[in-house]
Amino acid sequence: MKMLFKGTEAIAEAAIRAGCRLYFGYPITPQSELTEYMSRRLPEVNGTFLQAESEVATVNMMYGASCTGRRVMTSTSSPGFSLMMEGISYMAGAQLPAVFVNVVRGGPGLGDIQPAQSDYFQATKGGGHGDYRMIVLAPHTIQEAVDLMNLAFDLADKYRMLVTILADGMLGQMMEPVEFHEMRDLRDMPQKEWALTGASDHKPRKVTSFDIDPYELEKMNLRYQATYKKVEENEVRYEEINTKDADIIVAAYGTMARIVKTTIRMAKEEGIKVGLFRPITLWPFPYKRLNELADTVKNVLTVEMSYGQMLEDVKLGVNGKANTPFYGRSAGVVPTPTEVLEAIKKIMVGDLNGR
Amino acid sequence: MVDKAVDKVIARMPKSLSGKEFTYCPGCHHGIVHRLIAEVIDELGIAGKTLLVAPVGCSVFAYEFFDLDGTVAAHGRAPAVATGMKRALPDRIVFTYQGDGDLASIGTAEIVHAANRGENITTIFINNAVYGMTGGQMAPTTLLGQKTTTTPYGRTVKANGYPIRMSEMLSTLEGSAYIERVMVTTPQNTIKAKRAIKKAFETQIKGLGFSMVEVLSTCPTNWGMTPIEASKWLEENMTKQFPLGVYVDKTKGGN
Repeated sequence: MKMLFKGTEAIAEAAIRAGCRLYFGYPITPQSELTEYMSRRLPEVNGTFLQAESEVATVNMMYGASCTGRRVMTSTSSPGFSLMMEGISYMAGAQLPAVFVNVVRGGPGLGDIQPAQSDYFQATKGGGHGDYRMIVLAPHTIQEAVDLMNLAFDLADKYRMLVTILADGMLGQMMEPVEFHEMRDLRDMPQKEWALTGASDHKPRKVTSFDIDPYELEKMNLRYQATYKKVEENEVRYEEINTKDADIIVAAYGTMARIVKTTIRMAKEEGIKVGLFRPITLWPFPYKRLNELADTVKNVLTVEMSYGQMLEDVKLGVNGKANTPFYGRSAGVVPTPTEVLEAIKKIMVGDLNGR
Repeated sequence: MVDKAVDKVIARMPKSLSGKEFTYCPGCHHGIVHRLIAEVIDELGIAGKTLLVAPVGCSVFAYEFFDLDGTVAAHGRAPAVATGMKRALPDRIVFTYQGDGDLASIGTAEIVHAANRGENITTIFINNAVYGMTGGQMAPTTLLGQKTTTTPYGRTVKANGYPIRMSEMLSTLEGSAYIERVMVTTPQNTIKAKRAIKKAFETQIKGLGFSMVEVLSTCPTNWGMTPIEASKWLEENMTKQFPLGVYVDKTKGGN
């Protein structure tokens, strides 16, 4: 049965249904409804909601909760995500699973509270210190956000990694009919033989991101790298629309990809065949498939609600096989389908005239 | 094996210590306090359900010295990590072990709010008036006039303000259930310190709220003193700025 839900609240409900019973968070626009939803919903399912004193405390509470082996999450928006970077690095080093939702807003600094995609670098390339990776999932509809929430917790536990849902103010604030997955049985949650639960039935366990011996720390790092390689091999996800016979391929994710879908229809009426390549996992990025597609077109246009961050990954994927023009607006300004179409036309003038 | 060769065992290493050799300098009080905590955990029979959160600082290796499930928090964040553990597993015993740089400087927000929430955790706070691990820099608890590597002319009020009294400060918060300041310079006050640590853990077992024991401690290496001089300096100088005593005790009914 489909229900009409606001994006932030749908994500919260999906997390609970995925087996999350622990939420720590700090209010920040445009995602505070997620925090509020958790505060009223978690007590109904014997869960724990705690409003922390800061995002710094939030992420460290998540660290502690995750140490016990239970599913835990938070949600925040850009400035809050920056504050969490310290804890994210520690959790990555301690191989603690957890799920973050970053409802991105305009930046840098205090920025504004409108939708943006300018935290792409921070989410996919690091942000915290050290050689770590985080799985980054980018939904483009509320239904997809709900579905990915379930996947996010499973991936986090499977690989002992952090997973971030990179959304934006548009997805967070809009309402759409969604269908939720069933409430998952907590007895089916994965057993974690590393969890700190009190050494009554096991030898004392240690969970840390620390080893003073560089050769031991290197071994830990090589373990992380081996995990990341597995994720790169097995967890790449993307969507393609009209990429066969396309005159031009547009690479876009999240809300921007949704806008490009409208542009595709508009372009079709004008006789332009626009294909969409939509990465769902921003890390691991679908380089390989993009490289194959680059053989079929002259131009791969990247469109973002930023000044060109995913563009760098698109260039790595295309690897010189096609032109890689860019169109984007940032700071909370959302490009319209018409603006994207205009950008496409400018690029294609030569091509179109030649037919 | 040793037991069979001797008639009577009067002391042994507490079971809750792992036996791993301490990394502390001669005359440092960390080792004494570790032992007291381990003895208390043994006596209360809670080793199998106790989780330790070690800090950043000289005691960063505490997670290895105790034979308990444990982790290391980011600098100052131990109370937040402990909060996450306790909220996830409310029937376990969770304690943090923190120094003065960790608790009284970078981690003030986390300790204040954990205490204010009445978070049912225990904190052992080692105050030695200096940053030990990084080589003797000024701590928020450094005494006025005290020379450190970042106050080479002595701490002044004008430049650095006053030494912060954490036990007094946290005792103003209603969530604090038990707070006591002790020292371990003599066998007599070491016995008192152990009593305080035991009471702090009992406070948590009873679910009364936040408990903390502040232990005034020496750092002979960074103070540039012998262990005996350091103990004397602590007694003569630190206890004036940081008076010993019970600051909050809600264990005696009524609350």
